[in-house]
Amino acid sequence: MHPAFSVIFFTAASGAGYGLLTLMAIFQAGGLLPADPMLGLMGFLIAFFLITAGLLSSTFHLGHPERAWRAVSQWRTSWLSREGVFAILAYIPTGAYAALWIFTDLRPDWFTVLGMVGAMLCMQTVYCTAMIYASLKTIRAWSNGWTPIGYFALSVMTGALLLNAVATAFGHAQPALFWTAAVAVAVSGIVKMQYWRFIDRRSSDSTAETATGLKGEVRLLEAPHTQENYLQKEMGYKIAQKHAGKLRQLAIAAGFVAPILLTTLANTSAGFTAMALTILAVLVAAIGVLIERWLFFAEAKHVVTLYYGAGSA
Amino acid sequence: MTSLPEATRTKLGLVIDLDICVGCHACAVNCKEWNAGGHSAPLTDYDPYGADPGGVWFNRIHSFEATGENGDGRTVHFPKSCLHCEDAPCVTVCPTGASYKREDDGIVLVNADTCIGCKLCSWACPYGAREYDEDQGVMKKCTLCVDKIYNENLDEESRVPACVSTCPAGARHFGDLGDPDSDVSLLVAARGGYDLMPEQGCKPTNKYLPPRPRKTAAGSTGAPHALESVVDGGASPFLRWVDKVLSR
Repeated sequence: MHPAFSVIFFTAASGAGYGLLTLMAIFQAGGLLPADPMLGLMGFLIAFFLITAGLLSSTFHLGHPERAWRAVSQWRTSWLSREGVFAILAYIPTGAYAALWIFTDLRPDWFTVLGMVGAMLCMQTVYCTAMIYASLKTIRAWSNGWTPIGYFALSVMTGALLLNAVATAFGHAQPALFWTAAVAVAVSGIVKMQYWRFIDRRSSDSTAETATGLKGEVRLLEAPHTQENYLQKEMGYKIAQKHAGKLRQLAIAAGFVAPILLTTLANTSAGFTAMALTILAVLVAAIGVLIERWLFFAEAKHVVTLYYGAGSA
Repeated sequence: MTSLPEATRTKLGLVIDLDICVGCHACAVNCKEWNAGGHSAPLTDYDPYGADPGGVWFNRIHSFEATGENGDGRTVHFPKSCLHCEDAPCVTVCPTGASYKREDDGIVLVNADTCIGCKLCSWACPYGAREYDEDQGVMKKCTLCVDKIYNENLDEESRVPACVSTCPAGARHFGDLGDPDSDVSLLVAARGGYDLMPEQGCKPTNKYLPPRPRKTAAGSTGAPHALESVVDGGASPFLRWVDKVLSR
């Protein structure tokens, strides 16, 4: 599948933002994060910036961005529509929660409840994003259980690295945050490797034979047209297969190995060094996640390519 | 609404005979001609006279080589357009309701006024029936010539999709596949018509008729197996003498 940068950035950035909001609410509820206004300001600023920039970016690949509002209407059947609905709904409790945290000292009983409702809507939005892909039967690399697991894992992982960096910067570094980040990175690394193992072993049940219904071995003799059409450009992306091995190694190194090392190093240091290391961990992980997300699209094969000479899909 | 109708009154669709199609692409050309001014007009072309021409087509003809069951290779021309599926995944994924399946006849259409051009429907379709119009920023697809088949300004025999009316070989048939007694349904039953990619679960309305078994053995076409010998035991002595003389 053609990896559109707007969608790669959207899924990675909004995932990180929703992960950060969720973890802030959970840690605050658990009494592990002080409701420090400056910490809140920075955390919510980063989270809402990532989410909003991501959502705006996702409209850039549309043919008619001015009609994007129509996309919330078909939540009964469409995961894309549900994603839009939950993305908007999530703003309400998280926005109120952020306002209370940053601007007031009010901590009513329902403050924590508000945070948890927001966290649930954030995770629901991430789930909808994943299901847009996981519900497409035409793409075996997406329509499997690893897709939502991967989206959840990477959302929590990038959120945890961000929270660790923000907390460290405001002098609230603590073992619980370090361990959450370290475990989330390790789990995400394992999930992605399992995902790659899965897509390497499994291909679609559809073949050139089922696509045409012809008996025996079927091969394309002559394409319908001399030049590539929309379908081949959109679904028949071939560059990834060539460099997939190297890019996966790069994604593992930058996305998982380096952030664990940097976070661990930060945990054993203090002051400016610790802050710089946690921020570096976020930046390196971002590169790794963007490569991972690029591969998620570029490596995915669509069954329509079977009509254009692909051996499997 | 992008919920699919529980049932449609009729199931209009095509039956494509792979035994007859000669791969002339006339159906694709006439489809382009009619639809360039039809319901989903225009069918934009990019760089049509340049080095890298491209554009939107609703109908494309692939040519495949199949080894066949006995290893005897054969070439099969394979026209492909929207199959107007019963469980059309392109419709249910649409976030705006621009994609819809008509309750009346099962035709799957796109409302170009509400399509946001997210392309998700083209990802959901296993058959490659949908093509994005870069110039218009909306998705386009076969309309089953919805503006032709009900058009009372046309002669009754012309009220069939453009691809069907133009096929010089008679390889394309149009009708109600929901009615088991319709000509197309009887044809499908008689010839063992089948679905493309049934494992994708889309329940396509269009059916394909397989190429007939190839007749390779001598005599299988109805012509004499071999020429009869001029002279056999019952010929007259004169003819036998003539045969003997001429055979020298």
